[in-house]
Amino acid sequence: MQQIENTTTPITTATALDWYRTMHRIRRFDETIDELFAQGKVHGTTHLYIGEEAVATGVIATLEPGDVITSTHRGHGHNIALGGDIQAMMAELLGRATGYCHGVGGSMHIADQSRGNLGANGIVGAGLPIAVGAALGFAMRHESHLVVAFTGDGALNEGAFHEAANLAAIWRLPVVFVVENNQYGMSGSVKEMFAIGHLADRAAGYGIPATMVDGMDIFSVWETASRAVEAVRKGQGPHLIEAVTYRYKGHSKSDANRYRSRDEIQQWRQRDPIDHLRRYLADQGIDPTELDRIRQEEVQAVAQALQYAEDSPWPEVRMLDDAVYALEEGDHA
Amino acid sequence: MPEMTYAAAVRSAMEWEMAKDPRVFVMGEDIGVYGGAFGVTMGMVDRFGKDRVRDTPIAEEGIVGAGIGAALVGMRPIVEMQFSDFIMNAMDQVVNQAAKIHFMFGGRMSVPLVIRGPAGAGTGAAAQHSQSLEAWFHHVPGLKVVMPAFPDDARGLLLTAIRDPNPVLFYEHKLLYKIKGEVTESDEGVPLGRGLIRRYGTHATVVTYSLMVHRVLEAALQLEQKGWDVEVIDLRSLVPMDIPLVIESVKRTGRLAICHEAVGRGGIGGEIAARILESEAFDYLEAPLLRITGLNTPVPYSPPLESAFMPSVDRIAQSLATWLVHEGVSA
Repeated sequence: MQQIENTTTPITTATALDWYRTMHRIRRFDETIDELFAQGKVHGTTHLYIGEEAVATGVIATLEPGDVITSTHRGHGHNIALGGDIQAMMAELLGRATGYCHGVGGSMHIADQSRGNLGANGIVGAGLPIAVGAALGFAMRHESHLVVAFTGDGALNEGAFHEAANLAAIWRLPVVFVVENNQYGMSGSVKEMFAIGHLADRAAGYGIPATMVDGMDIFSVWETASRAVEAVRKGQGPHLIEAVTYRYKGHSKSDANRYRSRDEIQQWRQRDPIDHLRRYLADQGIDPTELDRIRQEEVQAVAQALQYAEDSPWPEVRMLDDAVYALEEGDHA
Repeated sequence: MPEMTYAAAVRSAMEWEMAKDPRVFVMGEDIGVYGGAFGVTMGMVDRFGKDRVRDTPIAEEGIVGAGIGAALVGMRPIVEMQFSDFIMNAMDQVVNQAAKIHFMFGGRMSVPLVIRGPAGAGTGAAAQHSQSLEAWFHHVPGLKVVMPAFPDDARGLLLTAIRDPNPVLFYEHKLLYKIKGEVTESDEGVPLGRGLIRRYGTHATVVTYSLMVHRVLEAALQLEQKGWDVEVIDLRSLVPMDIPLVIESVKRTGRLAICHEAVGRGGIGGEIAARILESEAFDYLEAPLLRITGLNTPVPYSPPLESAFMPSVDRIAQSLATWLVHEGVSA
């Protein structure tokens, strides 16, 4: 992986501690979801972000108020990194009335417009044209906001990516495409599903500059994203980042990991993004008990979110009567 | 009231709303200098500029998706499909995204998007450029479907569609673009979900929409000469659909016929029939209902074949007459 940039940028300890907290919150949230599924406490399916925390945390740390993201089916981490409400997320996954979507959406359909999340998406690649449209809206209004379009490696083989990338490029729209290359689209290895070694190379065909980055190293992610965001905000048109990362857990709950070895998973776990950040913080002289305390607080927060969700009521079926169509414009009080 | 073509009426609605609301813009393939494949956007780029009358690449999934994204950040996009058949390339964005965003995100967001485009046969454009696929979208909760038959409705319904906070599919029939009619150039939109009785009658109710309104009205004149008097309802929008108007009419006439150009199988006609059979109008029905529709084939090319595919005035008149005779309705 010698292509991957690895530079060090001075980051304040307070910022690094914030990242550490966010990454633990994401991990503990998804670990809890994993446990709940194993216990049969939630139904449907879910896609866990465990292992990829540095990407969402590092990229979203570069955004400003008013910027927006589009997310993917593996979207819990993005919403948490944006400061999303984990109680409402947990309640949504448990199908409760207090959930983000009142229980209508579930794991793959969480949006939080107030924090700039235009929505997770159950359809691979489908968020990309939507991201481009949001950027078009900002550009037409001459606003300086930008859009981060998170996507997996698999979506790069969807037509939606092609159309979205071209539109963003010809109209020089403020979009940062962040490709979370976690090595597999479900069971399909990037080695089998792409005839190119680096997914970032696709961007050249659209005239979009691209950068590869070690997605397990939050400092590299942050620095790369910062540069991309700065260029995009200046009006230089879209940028694509390929963040090389790994999902520790299966694609979804049906996954028995038949397509990869335990050794491979273990090797990636040795490059764990949270451990990496913890080592950095320890080197900065942060007391390990302080780091343990932060982790413990997030474990507590997620446990409280679960308690909140379990104590929340189920939605009333009659809510469906008014749920399909938005009211006329004047009706919004 | 000025007289204008259906195409000009569609343009008038877009221009009216764009002049009034800076959030409104239109994008699509060849809609700028070219003026659109059917000339609907002719001249708009001169008035509003390339930013708001935006030529796009041939990328229907991309541009419908971009319309959704722009809507989510507060714009009011109108996306033109050069032929409505090309929506097939954007089905995921229409059905899985636009239709569901308000619902699946718990009402937090809505998608004020209009997708408009030419539908229907009769121009020799053959199987991939002549379809009427409104039933597909009628079937998807979260979408609205509008199919005006007259210039004044085209303008008024499009104004309302642009102002609607939901995704609206707005179908313009190619054979209607050049028809002329008086159009009120006011700010008042025509509400969605209100049909109109275009002709009052006593022997039967014929429910229809889009181009077929004109053909059914002509057929009604033929029947009138034979002594039958049929009522003609123009639905104008399919979602929402003015079923109460149909119920009220059928209760008076006792007979229901439905006419649409789209393929009969799985078409809107079946839905209208079911809604009436479920309603109190059932007790008033004196005859089996009749559907007059496009054939259950793709749209063929050769003129005699294409004409046979579409319900013609003669086919409509004949079908209705045969039905009325069979049911013993004396003229």
